[in-house]
Order: sequence, then structure tokens, then C-alpha cells
Amino acid sequence: MAVRVTCDDFDVGAEIAALRAGDARVGAVVTFLGTVRDLSEGRNVSALALEHYPGMTEKALAAIVDEARARFDIYDVLVIHRIGPLQPTDQIVLVAVTSSHRGDAFEACRFVMDYLKTRAPFWKKETTPTGAHWVDARDSDDAAAARWTR
Amino acid sequence: MTSVAPAVAAGITVDLVYLARLREAFGRSGESLTLPTAADATVADILAVLVARGGVYASELASGRAVRVAVNHEVVTATHRVQRGDEVALFPPVTGG
Repeated sequence: MAVRVTCDDFDVGAEIAALRAGDARVGAVVTFLGTVRDLSEGRNVSALALEHYPGMTEKALAAIVDEARARFDIYDVLVIHRIGPLQPTDQIVLVAVTSSHRGDAFEACRFVMDYLKTRAPFWKKETTPTGAHWVDARDSDDAAAARWTR
Repeated sequence: MTSVAPAVAAGITVDLVYLARLREAFGRSGESLTLPTAADATVADILAVLVARGGVYASELASGRAVRVAVNHEVVTATHRVQRGDEVALFPPVTGG
């Protein structure tokens, strides 16, 4: 299991290769790659800045991964989340899950993203034609995370 | 800052951390805060002390504004009791991913 909070970009192919390297039990790798859009709530976004809470963010991500491992039949999980200044089309977050079969890998990947969106301390600040402003949390993200507690 | 009456026992001091919108609004990333009451001090007491300052503290932490609190990196509710030396972080709902 690995959790990485970094300013640096990442190579998805290399990360997947490293995650499943030598593990012949793995029959499924599911990944989610989040990227920066140039349109948010109808506004053009020219830049995005990601802030986190050093110390707590890493712990929160590790707790989410632990929860996923307890809930699903999976082998390994990788979470990479970038911080600092980003631009449209940049990679921002990667979640990769290995399992014997696709079912649990898909579910676990979705679970990690839903919880990351609502529990991991990251904050986005967008630059738009009207200036820079902090992004508001979305009810749809809370609803997505709540699915897992029903 | 808070003032403590001479007869009152020394309060407990916590380390406040302000993040994202709150850090910008308050113009600082944190501060050391001594609460006037040592026993049974809660997160709600901390918020009350800050709101009593008025200005941006009152407006940003007003009831109805969504503020999350973490003590020593764990999210807690307003009734959580704080201890001497706790790291108490205040931040808006998270928006990563």
C-alpha cells in the first residue's frame, strides 16, 4: 500500500507496472485518473491550486485505503494526489487497485475516490475570469460517499 | 486575545491551524490560543472565543458557515474535549480529487 502527496507529475503506466510487479495473483488492475478541467460550474478555469494539511492528509488517505482493504477482496492500493499549482489537462489524482478479479477492484477504486473526495483534507482554488476563488464542496460528492454506509 | 481573571486557574493552551479559505481570511496560518477555562474545554469553546473577536472571525465561523475541525489530525465534533498542547485545525469542507 502506498499513499503519495506530491507536487510532481506521475507516469500512470510506470505506477501500474510497479504496483503489480511480480504479483501473479493479480488478475485485475482498476485505475481512476482525475485530471484538471477547463470548465467548472460554467466558469472557465485557467489555473488550479491544491492545498493540503501536511500530516493529516497522508493519515486520512492511509485510513481510507485501510478501510478499502477491509471491505473488499483486493491486494494492493496506490493513491497519488498532487498539490500546488496545476493547469487544465494536468493529472491531479491517481487511484489504482489490484485484485484477482475485476469486481472488487472496481468497487474498491470507486470507494477510495468517493471517500477521498469527502474525507481527505485537500482544497482547490480556481482561477477564473472573475478572479481566484476557493471551490465549494458539492452535495453530489457527499451523496456518493453516503452510498457506502447504507 | 482572551484575558484570564487572576482568581481563575491558568487555562490550557492549544495550537490552532487555519487552512485554505480560513487561512486567507484570517491572514495567518495558525496561532497559539489559551482558553480561560482549563477543565472540560471543548472545540465549541475555542470557536466561541474566536467568534467573540468579531470581524472576519465572526463572519467565517458564524453558525451556518460550514467549518470542519480536526484535533491531532482526527475530525471531531464541537463537543470534543481538548487537552493541553492539542493541534486544533479549522478548515472548510474538503474539495480534493
